[in-house]
Amino acid sequence: MDYTDRKKILEVKNLKQYFNVGKNDEVRAVDDVSFDIYEGETFGLVGESGSGKTTTGRAIIHLYEPTAGEVLFNGKDVAKIKGRKDQLEFRKEMQMIFQDPYASLNPRMKVKDIVAEGIDIHHLAKNDQERTDMVENLLETVGLNKDHSSRYPHEFSGGQRQRIGIARALAVDPKFIIADEPISALDVSIQAQVVNLMKELQIKNNLTYLFIAHDLSMVKYISDRIGVMHYGRMLEIGPADEVYTKPLHDYTTSLLSAVPVPDPEVERARKQIPYEPTMEGDDKPRTMVEIAPHHFVRAAEDEVAMYQERAEKAGLDVL
Amino acid sequence: MENNDTENLIEVKNLKINFDTYAGKVKAIRDVSFHLKKGETLAIVGESGSGKSVTTRSLMGLNADNAEIAGGQIMFHGEDVLKKSEKEMQQIRGKDIAMIFQDPMTSLDPTMKIGRQIAEPLIIHNHVSKKQAMAQALEMLKLVGITDAEHRINDYPHQFSGGMRQRIVIAIALICYPEVLIADEPTTALDVTIQAQILKLMKELQEKIETSIIFITHDLGVVAGMADRIAVMYAGKIVEYGTVDEIFYNPQHPYTWGLLNSMPTLDTQSGELSAIPGTPPDLLDPPKGDAFAARNPYALKIDAEQEPPFFKVSDTHYAATWLLDPRAEKVTPPEAIAKRQAQWAKMHTDDGELVRPATPLNTADNLDDSDRE
Repeated sequence: MDYTDRKKILEVKNLKQYFNVGKNDEVRAVDDVSFDIYEGETFGLVGESGSGKTTTGRAIIHLYEPTAGEVLFNGKDVAKIKGRKDQLEFRKEMQMIFQDPYASLNPRMKVKDIVAEGIDIHHLAKNDQERTDMVENLLETVGLNKDHSSRYPHEFSGGQRQRIGIARALAVDPKFIIADEPISALDVSIQAQVVNLMKELQIKNNLTYLFIAHDLSMVKYISDRIGVMHYGRMLEIGPADEVYTKPLHDYTTSLLSAVPVPDPEVERARKQIPYEPTMEGDDKPRTMVEIAPHHFVRAAEDEVAMYQERAEKAGLDVL
Repeated sequence: MENNDTENLIEVKNLKINFDTYAGKVKAIRDVSFHLKKGETLAIVGESGSGKSVTTRSLMGLNADNAEIAGGQIMFHGEDVLKKSEKEMQQIRGKDIAMIFQDPMTSLDPTMKIGRQIAEPLIIHNHVSKKQAMAQALEMLKLVGITDAEHRINDYPHQFSGGMRQRIVIAIALICYPEVLIADEPTTALDVTIQAQILKLMKELQEKIETSIIFITHDLGVVAGMADRIAVMYAGKIVEYGTVDEIFYNPQHPYTWGLLNSMPTLDTQSGELSAIPGTPPDLLDPPKGDAFAARNPYALKIDAEQEPPFFKVSDTHYAATWLLDPRAEKVTPPEAIAKRQAQWAKMHTDDGELVRPATPLNTADNLDDSDRE
């Protein structure tokens, strides 16, 4: 894919998100992370629990005050959006889909009120009839029966609840959606349904996704580009296929070697590659270095040659 | 399931379980039969609500109060577990049959040191002294790979990560050297890297302790390297069962096709993932005929009328689908399944004998590619 002419919808620059700053239990949840997301693409963010991927997502939608660095959405720093009107405008353009379809829907609200909450807040409907029509349209868009709009969340299955969560996010017609592990809590057979729905909506509504997950095979399938996080740092960014089949960083290789493959012969031959994080602990200054076109690895100056050699061996066009 | 083997550790015969609810009787298990051989790993695969957890909970007498056994037997050591009293079940539970649950956060007691939690079954079942039990608990803790076990034995669950907690749960389950270990989605709450470690640990311990495992999961990918045999459940019934190779390379039931097909593999390029459409049927009022018919693009007319019996594919492989009836027209399975079946054909010589290829036939070699080190 050619990125030169494409518009950057989101730029994360040297983002640091620390908790309990200055105390003994300071946690550097996100430590100097930079990446861009282009309009209309899906950026997959993968890593283990505790790698900082969820914190990154939450910092982008400005649920936290960043410790350092900035998040530019359409060129504007989200931390500097002040005033109710601008805040509302920002939240209308950026929405979130959460991991747990059981915890993220208010059990005391009817589905139509859950979906319409954004419509009400932003005064998008002129009257009750219009509100009802909008809700029913949204439910149909995500593949739910519009007659179910007066039901409560407990009457739906996990996959259906996740569709309600998607309908709620779509209600305000956003440009950018952060999906934080949207399918991890679902059955394998239902995961495919939700992923297909998200892909379909992306094309229809020209959406940009930040897709956060630990399931690598699904991330590779839905994403255009993938970023791999570990210990609060971004270690590798590249086109989805390339990161998956030609990983450059040791951590990515290790992570990929742990993915179960639905094929007994492959599984019998599997060797999990352990990862030694010692190298991350040293104090060498590291930055994201572009090794092959659009394929970045976090490396110190004296490591660049090694990664270039790896890339060459893997058949990439080394820059 | 067919069985005439004397080595069967557990035999479940025609099990039927209903749940009484306000809405009516939920027919959760509708005539399930299977067996577990000594030393093997049997995977039970299915969606939420397919009855896989209920089936295995009834092995331990752990079902909710509103569960009603409507028929069938569960034979363990020649005795019917279903007929045992709660007191007799307590003798079996944790000693002969042990269980690992999905969520390591909730299955440990947060107020009790882990050493005590591991030693508890020993004190109760084997009547050993507390000191001796703690010594064995320490051994077990080392066996499941907790580093610095001498010190950590006095820690509380919240001081461990999710993966470590699941190791502790495994240590509790295995401390009495049970004959059967039931693992109910033991890795679903864990990261892939931790999942791989736990699966490896379970395999190693199975050899050391010589236990049989029933592995319950909704993710076929997880059991490819783990299981000897697989039973696929749908809507309270087993719809297909066979050896791991038979299920992965020669699946016959359209539901198994759907499960295998809805997972993206390395070959899956962009485009639509083939999801199984719709949702499982309501078991308050199970549909007539084949329960999967409504979601099945290959459904035949008869599926709406009559339930399919098990058709024999091989001595170890059976599937309940009318597609296998000699009168049914031949259908072309989805492309990805046809590929798997082609691989199955390649793995067999003309007279049907299995030859295992030296290298995987699939193109996933690059995953295991370690020549870089």
